[in-house]
Amino acid sequence: MDNILVAKNVSKSYGDYKALSNISLEIPKNCIYGLLGPNGAGKTTFIRIINQITYQDSGEILFNGSPLMPEHISMIGYLPEERGLYKSMKVGEQALYLAQLKGLSKNDAKKRLKYWFDRLDIGDWWNKKIQELSKGMAQKIQFIVTVLHEPKLLIFDEPFSGFDPINANIIKDEILQLKEKGTSIIFSTHRMESVEELCEYIALIHKSEKILDGKLSDIKKAYKNNIFNVGLETELDGNAFMKTLEDKYHILSSKFDAKEKQLDFTVQLPSNTTTNILAELSRQANINRFEETIPSANDIFIQTVNNKENDR
Amino acid sequence: MIGKLGLIIKREYLAKVRNKSFIIMTILSPLLIVGMIVLIAYLIRINDSEKRVISVLNESEFFDHQFKTSQSMSFVRFQNLSLQEAKDSTSSLGYYGLLYIPKGTNLEQVSKSAFLYTKDNPNTNVTQRLESVFQTQLRQKKLSKLGVSSTQFQDIEEPFEINLATFEGEKSVKGINEIKAFIGGGFGYAIMMFIIIYGGFVMRSVIEEKTSRIIEVIISSVKPFQLMLGKIIGTSLAGITQFTIWIISASLLLFLVMLFLDIDLSAIAAETSITPQTMGGMEQFPVSSNSEMMLYAKEILNIPWILLISSFLIYFILGYLIYSSIYAAIGAAVDNETDTQQFIFPIILPLMLAIYVGFFSVFSNPHGPIAVGFSLFPLTSPIVMLMRLPGGIGEGGVPLWQLILSIVLLIGTFLGIVWLAAKIYRVGILMYGKRPTYRELFRWLKY
Repeated sequence: MDNILVAKNVSKSYGDYKALSNISLEIPKNCIYGLLGPNGAGKTTFIRIINQITYQDSGEILFNGSPLMPEHISMIGYLPEERGLYKSMKVGEQALYLAQLKGLSKNDAKKRLKYWFDRLDIGDWWNKKIQELSKGMAQKIQFIVTVLHEPKLLIFDEPFSGFDPINANIIKDEILQLKEKGTSIIFSTHRMESVEELCEYIALIHKSEKILDGKLSDIKKAYKNNIFNVGLETELDGNAFMKTLEDKYHILSSKFDAKEKQLDFTVQLPSNTTTNILAELSRQANINRFEETIPSANDIFIQTVNNKENDR
Repeated sequence: MIGKLGLIIKREYLAKVRNKSFIIMTILSPLLIVGMIVLIAYLIRINDSEKRVISVLNESEFFDHQFKTSQSMSFVRFQNLSLQEAKDSTSSLGYYGLLYIPKGTNLEQVSKSAFLYTKDNPNTNVTQRLESVFQTQLRQKKLSKLGVSSTQFQDIEEPFEINLATFEGEKSVKGINEIKAFIGGGFGYAIMMFIIIYGGFVMRSVIEEKTSRIIEVIISSVKPFQLMLGKIIGTSLAGITQFTIWIISASLLLFLVMLFLDIDLSAIAAETSITPQTMGGMEQFPVSSNSEMMLYAKEILNIPWILLISSFLIYFILGYLIYSSIYAAIGAAVDNETDTQQFIFPIILPLMLAIYVGFFSVFSNPHGPIAVGFSLFPLTSPIVMLMRLPGGIGEGGVPLWQLILSIVLLIGTFLGIVWLAAKIYRVGILMYGKRPTYRELFRWLKY
């Protein structure tokens, strides 16, 4: 029971169009899980199936160990990509209504709303209509409505679109706080860099298929290819020095700035041979940078897709 | 589950009732309706008070007292004037026309050479009235030649109306079929108006949820079908509220207006009457005797009101649910209101057909094949069956099997249509971008 959600061979098609084919995923409890992939890959369909907005054609979904049922709805909070609020309804009324639809009593909902409104510093909006608020303001309210019923599983579809950087940061902090309190969180996005830093686990979805999933750090380890960025401060002639290095190592690129006496290069090393080059370099120059390049989720995605295409 | 449905109904109801244009319509409509009635009454009064004056230059020895002043016409006698002088003074006095009857001793001769001079082409009512005076005189003359006395002549002229009775021997009165169909038609018309107004509300409310993008937030908490049902019920409750306010305030207003302005409603009723005894020339309405009035009252009381009202409720609820779920499905299928036209027309069509075909066929024969067919066909039956029902069920009225079959068909259609509409709704609310074709809608049913 370490997984909040398990999907087994879930498939879904709309007519001839395959939206999901045989997706299997395990989403651990109390972590942030990134569901990554380009637009139209099938992420939203998968999320809608979790929210029981549509149903899979085949396969099974377990929530907290038992098959997904209508009563699980109140344990899930969902911020859809296509989101909005009733324009002519007052903020407070609207939030109360949506909270009650999630199963909260009116009094509970009121209490919690007051807490959240104070927390996000929007207490005086209660009697305003949505059409009087800016888009970013409305997004804050939407966030509150999503988390108000303290769901076990929170699903955010493109959470940061529509937020300005300041508010995006506020929301990001709130999400991390919720995770600290034990909530499991799914992030779905096509802008992989935006959530990469938050996610412990990711799944890559491409053209309705899962092409990769697992712990992000493990994936990165598996996908790194021993390429290092090196920076040297040296009195030597950089270009001549590079020549000598190129004979011994697989240099990918280099740049010498004579004025600053700074030599930068990227090198691919056979595994576990960093000590050799470090020893050699430190004898002749002052090393001010030596780091392994970690592939981004985006790089990994592109590489995996390419590998897949090549396999065929 | 019920709790959530209640929440949705409450929200939809309040959203509708608090809407500014809804409030304005609720207040304004009775004023408009009563205003219209007052205006019509006023116009009729003006129309009535316009009396036509005809000057008569009678040089013959006939027609001494035959031209009698009536409500809409009066006669002025000219004497010792030449025809030209009479014409001139008629036009300078602003009279409507001059009737010239030349000298003569032969009635036929005189009548043939009589002339009506007017400024423009004369009104048909005027000519008919004058012609009938001549006709009566001529007929009386010819009959007296045959030895019929003038009192006998009066006897002959007595108007005649046939006595009517049903096979059961109950006395019936003229036009009662029309009155009954009219009452039933009133109910049917109310259903149609309700469907068109509040079905449109349901549709717009669905479109609003789509365009404001709140829909996915909501259906992650409740089932789309619950939302659709709650929306339809909430909107119709708002509609019933509005209708009730309209009826109460309009009748109150009308009562007050009548009290203060002393407007005779029966005059309007007579003017706009649909009874077949429309004015024939100068003939007065056949003055309904007291006993005849009693018969009408009895017939109207005889209308099976309980049956009629309970069937009204059944047909109203089922018919409204069928149509409003179609409206909801249309709202879900499109992104904005301008795209709805192509879908709305096909559903307005059966309603219009029901009203017009219903009125024509049920008026002429409540149990003819067209009337029966339309009162069985589920999309028109709520309106047409209600037009037929005031005649009662069983003998002389709607056969019981027709009523039952009609309701069974309606319930079957209701289940089928709501099921289909819910499917289209469920898929449509999450589709953005382009206007779907009928073929795509059909494909959605399989998702």
